[in-house]
Amino acid sequence: MTSLVATETTAAPSASLSPDTLRDMYWSMLIARRVDERAWALHRQGKIAFHISGMGHEGTQVGAAFAINRGVDYVHPYYRDLALVLAIGVTPRDFMVSLFGKQGEYSSGGRQMPSHFGLKRLNIVSGSSPVATQVPQAAGLAFAIKYRWENKLSDPADATQPRLALTCLGEGSTSQGEWHEGMNWAGVHKLPFICLVQNNEYAISVPMDQQMAVHDVADRAPAYGVRGIMVDGNDILAVYDAMHDAAQRAYRGDGATLVEAKTYRVVPHSSDDDDRSYRSREEVESWKRKDPIHHFQEVLTERGILDQAQMDVYEARARQTIDEAQRFAESAPYPPESELFGKVYAEPES
Amino acid sequence: MPEITLIDGIREAMDEELARDPRVFITGEDVGVRGGVFRATQGLFEKYGAARIIDSPLAELSIVAIGIGAALADLRPVCEIQFADFIHPAFNQIVNEAAKMHYRSDGQWRVPLTIRAPYGGGVGGGLYHSQSVEAFFAHVPGLKVVIPSTPYDAKGLLKSAIRDQNPVLFFEAKKGYRSIKGEVPAGDYTVPIGPAAVRREGGDLTVYAYGIMAHYCMQAAELVSQQNGIECTVVDLRTLLPVDRETIVQTFKRTGKALIVHEDTLTMGYGAEVAAVIGEDAFEYMDAPIRRYGGADVPAVPFSHPLQEAFMPNPEKIADAIREVAAY
Amino acid sequence: MPTKIVMPQLGESVVEGTVNKWLKQVGDSVTEYEPLLEISTDKVDTEVPAPASGILLQILVPAGQTVERGVLLALIGDPNEVEAPQPALQTATVSTNGTESVPVANRISPVVARMAAEHRIDLDQISGTGLGGRVTKKDVDTYLAQPPAATPKTSDLPPWEQPVEGDLFKPTGEIFAKARQSLTPTLAPTPAPATSQMPVGKVGTRAMPPTAQNIAPITTAAPSDNGANGGAANGDEVMPLSPMRRAIAEHMVRSKLDTSPHVTTVFEVDMSAIVAHQQANMAAFDKQSIRLTLTAYFVQAAVKALQVQPYVNSQWTDQGILLHRAAHIGIAVAIADGLIVPVLRNAQDLSLSGTARQVNDLAGRARIKQLRPDEVSGGTFTITNHGVSGSLFATPIINQPQAAILGIGAMQKRVVVLSDAHGDTMAIRPMMYATLTFDHRIIDGAIGDGFMSVFKKALENWA
Repeated sequence: MTSLVATETTAAPSASLSPDTLRDMYWSMLIARRVDERAWALHRQGKIAFHISGMGHEGTQVGAAFAINRGVDYVHPYYRDLALVLAIGVTPRDFMVSLFGKQGEYSSGGRQMPSHFGLKRLNIVSGSSPVATQVPQAAGLAFAIKYRWENKLSDPADATQPRLALTCLGEGSTSQGEWHEGMNWAGVHKLPFICLVQNNEYAISVPMDQQMAVHDVADRAPAYGVRGIMVDGNDILAVYDAMHDAAQRAYRGDGATLVEAKTYRVVPHSSDDDDRSYRSREEVESWKRKDPIHHFQEVLTERGILDQAQMDVYEARARQTIDEAQRFAESAPYPPESELFGKVYAEPES
Repeated sequence: MPEITLIDGIREAMDEELARDPRVFITGEDVGVRGGVFRATQGLFEKYGAARIIDSPLAELSIVAIGIGAALADLRPVCEIQFADFIHPAFNQIVNEAAKMHYRSDGQWRVPLTIRAPYGGGVGGGLYHSQSVEAFFAHVPGLKVVIPSTPYDAKGLLKSAIRDQNPVLFFEAKKGYRSIKGEVPAGDYTVPIGPAAVRREGGDLTVYAYGIMAHYCMQAAELVSQQNGIECTVVDLRTLLPVDRETIVQTFKRTGKALIVHEDTLTMGYGAEVAAVIGEDAFEYMDAPIRRYGGADVPAVPFSHPLQEAFMPNPEKIADAIREVAAY
Repeated sequence: MPTKIVMPQLGESVVEGTVNKWLKQVGDSVTEYEPLLEISTDKVDTEVPAPASGILLQILVPAGQTVERGVLLALIGDPNEVEAPQPALQTATVSTNGTESVPVANRISPVVARMAAEHRIDLDQISGTGLGGRVTKKDVDTYLAQPPAATPKTSDLPPWEQPVEGDLFKPTGEIFAKARQSLTPTLAPTPAPATSQMPVGKVGTRAMPPTAQNIAPITTAAPSDNGANGGAANGDEVMPLSPMRRAIAEHMVRSKLDTSPHVTTVFEVDMSAIVAHQQANMAAFDKQSIRLTLTAYFVQAAVKALQVQPYVNSQWTDQGILLHRAAHIGIAVAIADGLIVPVLRNAQDLSLSGTARQVNDLAGRARIKQLRPDEVSGGTFTITNHGVSGSLFATPIINQPQAAILGIGAMQKRVVVLSDAHGDTMAIRPMMYATLTFDHRIIDGAIGDGFMSVFKKALENWA
């Protein structure tokens, strides 16, 4: 699939990424994949109740994460964004604790199912299960950014403040009214807003052609007066370039972008799904051959930035990190019953 | 002290809060240039500009969701839904999102959002400009639901709502926008969200109401006092969520008889909660069955005038209900 | 559904009317077209005929008030049906309660039940102003706000402290007229007034059937229905049960049938020593304005016996038998319409003169209904004198929650055998049967007899 990335410079932004950064990106993809695999194993072992996987999306998510001001810009993710939030700063240990629903769980204190990411200190907004609810809220976050710029409550050049709101969702969720209303505000008010549609061709079992009458989600963007671009989601650097472009637009006050990343989940929708009922093994195998991590390994190896020895070190480190995270989570206590009644209302500002 | 109308009190609150806190902004359909279809925001656009009084697209869901996002980013949005009848598209965002955000994020994210909407019938508005919707939202922990009955309370409670760190639904009895008048001090004051107000004391019967029904109940209480020598305690609930159990129970214990009045349909209306609270906490003080007088259990308020009047409680009908309960 | 009576519009421009007078009261039966009330307007004065037949359930606007036309004045209907009134409103919804079984007039609401229990009120004593005559919370409040009466209201008292008919403690002087001309009776036997509820004659401690002069003559019964419609057919009469009668009956059944297994032991006491002591000291006591009555001696002797047999001064509890340290002796006193039992507190601390003084005071005030509520409660033991009406011995019913009751029988001169070292001789002595009826859960025969032995000895050896 060709990348249709419009940039204003001849050199792609990814070209100026340092080797260390590239290795960081690789590590982020790897640790996300390995954590994800471990969660599947735990589920099949009967140790956890539920897992919803992002395997196959690592290129899209890590590429996007590195293109924004991670930990500062607002991110309102969806349930498949494990690699995205790990790249921003959520840890494997955090994620493990959430799989087991233990006390002090980072996103919700154990009140939410796993993969309902949220962490205020990294400006990751807490999400829910009904899909697309995050999109108009993200537009509202972007609205607040613009509001502060316009009312002189903050400086658009201040990189210690959020300067854009990024939200992600699957292509199926763009059928929700919520998505349309959020996109409409983003267009009307030219908001510093990026909607990253991670198009993996299926909404659980429902394929694209049952979901929408257009071939590409990006084709919908002009209807809202929003710029739309498509990108190969499994090419991490292409995603980085597209997202970098969208982020700069937002920072400049040039408005919103809809980025459609074409990708694929090589696993069922969740631990409770059986994808054999709606797609062929051949299709899945063909996409496995386009695995974003393998692709990036090839790119980095070819550039001499990564070799087998280093990859082995990363694998070992990943294994160790995950084992430790799992041990920690398994031995952590459950929340006390009193937590049921905690945090219903926010206290007054002091 | 100046006497102003209910809608004036609402507008004054918004005006003063806009001046006081730069994070406050107003959005909704027609709130800006038009000043609101009921003129609730009249003059604010001229005073504060398009950057703070924002005419929204015709999409209630997003009016609320944008408000949620802005509140998450620590602004203080005041979102107007043009008629409470149109709040339903935003139900998902209010109930699934705003109400649960603080709880589901273990207190990390909060939604200091105010949603205002005119509600209630008696204006020839038919099925879709007369609804009461408070019962749906009073059922949801994480929200607050406020319905003032006087200009003083409207101003003070709206200020409290705007400053509250939680999502607050603020319903305004449209029938009383210009007909309810009262004294309101100029300048800043707040009325706390939570406590009900006892408007009248009497030993025979306790009447509970809110919104314009609180006024009707006061009128009915006067009628039965003059005509029948029945003396009522009248409680203006003001805040529906959180439930002011203490006032409900204390005012009931004095008389042992209760009549709860709301124009919302009877079944599963707020009166059911008040009756249950009394039954649970004041059983040994009960001297008569607890009675609710609600709107007719039909899908909504009809347009044709006699049908509308048949639906709506009014002071004479409330007085009759009081007499029946008092006679037990 | 009750019929509503509303203020009519008696003229085109007439908008209000004044209720002058209600011709019927709540609870009265009303016939359609029968005049129900008088009203006046600025145009006309008139009677308002009842729009339906039934019972006048409720008056909502009292006489003297002026109200607008259309205002609800009263309700007529069937008292049994009243619990599900249709709302006055046509279309607006009023929730209705669904209790079907108990007529409204008899319903006791939770708050009324609680207040009745807390204040030990007999609800039958209170007239109800609620629907159908129901007793409302307001009615109970009004009742409680009444100033404390000189006599404790019968409804405040446990049933055994409520008056029944009878004269007690008739002075023995009446029985031994020749020997005791000078004795002043402790209590003048009061003539029992005939009441409409219950014919009263000279009766003993127990409620007795009416005496001959009071009952209706027995007529030849017509072939009839067992008096099913009030006995009208054959002259039999049904006397309605007063609340007091009901309370007495309830207590007696509860005490004897539900609570205590009653056993009675009978002793015979030679009263010579007491009679002599009384004669000798009467004048001296009189000088201190104390009337020395036999009752004082009985109290003192009983106290002595209680001190020896403390289980007779006790109370059954599930945790154990509560032995009272003090002896608060209830003394049954006849009053005008029955019996009352003032309590002589801490009898163990009193001398004969102190006892006599208290007995005078309590009995005297009892007769003129000047006892305080705390003076008729808290007794630990009771003495009742059925002898004044001629009974030799009897088996009274225990005053719950006490353990026993001492019955004093009539004093009679009898020929008795005296034994001494020289053999047996006959003598005429004033003898008296005294009985102890006791609760066999607490007291066995030996204890009861032990008590009576001490009592008898105390009296026979009085010095």
